[in-house]
Amino acid sequence: MSGSETGPRGSRRLGRWISVLALPAISIGLAIIVGAILILVSELAIPNRAFNLGLPLDAYSSLFVGALGSPAAIVQTLVFTAPLLLAGLSVGIGFRAGLFNIGALGQFLVGALGACWVGLALRDAPPLVAFPAALVAGAAGGFLFGFVPGFLKAQSGAHEVVTTIMLNYVGIYVLAAAVSGPLRAPGSPNPITQDVANAGLPIVIGPNGHLGLVIALAAAFGVAWLLYRTTLGFEIRTVGANPEAARYAGMRPRYLIILTMSLSGMLAGLAGAGQLLGVNHQLNAAYSTTVGFDGIAVALLGRSNPIGIVFASLLFGAMRAGAGLMQIKAQIPPELVDVLQATILLFLVASPVIRRLFHLRGAGEMVDSPTITATYGGGPEVAAH
Amino acid sequence: MDALIAALYAIPILGIVFELGGYLIATLPAISPLIIQAATPLTLGAMCGVLCERSGVVNIGIEGIMLASAFTGWVVGVIVAPILGGDASAFFGITPALLVAVAAAVLVALLISLLHAWLSITIRADQIISGTIINIAAFGVTGYLNTLIAAGSPTSAGNFVPFHPPSELVNLPVVGWLLDAFLSQGPIAMSMIVIVIVLQVLLFRSRWGLRTRAVGEHPKAAETVGINVIRLRYRNVILSGIFAGLAGAYLSMEATNSFQAGMTVGRGFIALAALIIGRWTPVGAFLAALLFATSDALGQAIVISAPGGALGDVVNAIPAQFYNALPYLVTIVVLAGLIGRSIPPAADGQPYQREAAT
Repeated sequence: MSGSETGPRGSRRLGRWISVLALPAISIGLAIIVGAILILVSELAIPNRAFNLGLPLDAYSSLFVGALGSPAAIVQTLVFTAPLLLAGLSVGIGFRAGLFNIGALGQFLVGALGACWVGLALRDAPPLVAFPAALVAGAAGGFLFGFVPGFLKAQSGAHEVVTTIMLNYVGIYVLAAAVSGPLRAPGSPNPITQDVANAGLPIVIGPNGHLGLVIALAAAFGVAWLLYRTTLGFEIRTVGANPEAARYAGMRPRYLIILTMSLSGMLAGLAGAGQLLGVNHQLNAAYSTTVGFDGIAVALLGRSNPIGIVFASLLFGAMRAGAGLMQIKAQIPPELVDVLQATILLFLVASPVIRRLFHLRGAGEMVDSPTITATYGGGPEVAAH
Repeated sequence: MDALIAALYAIPILGIVFELGGYLIATLPAISPLIIQAATPLTLGAMCGVLCERSGVVNIGIEGIMLASAFTGWVVGVIVAPILGGDASAFFGITPALLVAVAAAVLVALLISLLHAWLSITIRADQIISGTIINIAAFGVTGYLNTLIAAGSPTSAGNFVPFHPPSELVNLPVVGWLLDAFLSQGPIAMSMIVIVIVLQVLLFRSRWGLRTRAVGEHPKAAETVGINVIRLRYRNVILSGIFAGLAGAYLSMEATNSFQAGMTVGRGFIALAALIIGRWTPVGAFLAALLFATSDALGQAIVISAPGGALGDVVNAIPAQFYNALPYLVTIVVLAGLIGRSIPPAADGQPYQREAAT
């Protein structure tokens, strides 16, 4: 990690970091190769234009230039990173407690809706009043949308994998209903809201680097502090690692489930609020995002560790930011990024095979948290109550 | 009679309930074929889940398998239709191209299921993460290829058409609409009903079913009586792909004749909920799927032909999006209400590791 350290202790730390990073690095490398093969095969199978053996290279180079090629591109990457970071933290904190929140999409949308609602009401108020209030509203919306599946799981054992996915669709339609009805801009022929004006987040860097970037980074440190420096964080990690032990130690699994799901929803809601107030400034009825499912990939690649999630979200943010240029320059559909993400995860999950192939040792488990599937369909810790 | 109904409807507040009842009685028989159609992909997806989870493997990748199969079926149909040619026969509109396309859709589903089996049984990866990878990958690959293929605006191989039962049957009193619901269907929807019954019988009345349930409940005990847990789990998970594959084929070759990116819109996940609410039994899952399909079809029927009277005023006051969200809301409510009494197979989701033979 730090090059200034020398001696056996320093080199041992370096060795540990290499072994931690080797598996993700190999997975990313293999995913790039798989993506290249997909591009070549689809080129052969779907001959829309002359075959070009260098197309994968063109694709990846335009992806790279689009993500990091200029100061403006780097800021753009950061803008794409901010919601991914928050969504990754949202999923990651759930993983830590043994919960799988697939509902980041719905929580993101409700967060954006809440922020938009308050932002529109305060669009003529002083900015220092308007945007914090709108952010709080967005976080509260996400909190509520995370509370519901947490409560249902603690109360009746309804598995959050199913309820959060259902709530994603509910979120989509709630947003559409609000934008088509009460929030619709007066006299507008289309279901679209007004601009949030003064509630927009201030720009802090470059042409479009809004305050949400700082908020997302602060949230990463906040989650790290919560998980590793507070009693509550210890309880969350314990209930995730061993629900039985947690109960014997006098912790309250049901309370922790509800609280963690709510916090998880709040982080995703904050992602939506930041995206709306910092980038979009208004909603339309079809407003949506890929952030929800990207957040799962980010959390898994970052091994549910806030610092790891920061780097994972930078990687995926760069891919999303570069996908636009890749589509324009190399005519590669942006869904290639989804394929890359899935492939990275696949190689991470298949880590025993990768380790054997590359002679890696002791690289650690991919997800430090326990298997999420263990609580499926009610789970022992809920059923025992 | 009419006077009585009018009097019931006129009761303040309570009248709306009677109006709702009247509307349902009038509407449900008319939309019953639609309900079976909406239930078909959900039920087939749930059958995939039943087979996996009864053997002790959680599969949340059903959505992704359905999507990949829907896409593959459509693409293969597009490719082989000009080669095989031929007019659609009167019987279900079956063409050689469509049959090849269905076979391809099922084959892809089998391959993805094999991947899931390998990850969850051999690698012993977290099965929910494995399923998530399948979902993300299916969304990415189908979206990627669809964008490229759609640029050439290809001609689809068409789709299966529903059977038309003789009008004497449909017009029978009382049971006519039920016959209509089950017989006015295409080949995949009809085979869905057969599959549900056959699976129910096999699972609870055959040696294979007993072994499958043993492996899902107590794999160690199953192993001690000579059942090869790993092999049975592999076989069942791979075979379960057939049903998810048919569900996907239904979407792009029977319900419609084309593929749209992300066209499964969560049906694979509703199938999971149906499986849980149906207590991991084929018939139960089918009934649960019917519940969602009914709320779905009713939501559409209300938007298309709204009821009149006081009920109509209430219905029109609610935003149309509420009716779109109805099946998802019903899923949450029923799941939360029932789950306490719905217990999964004991070894569901737990990787099996044979004791070391030292």
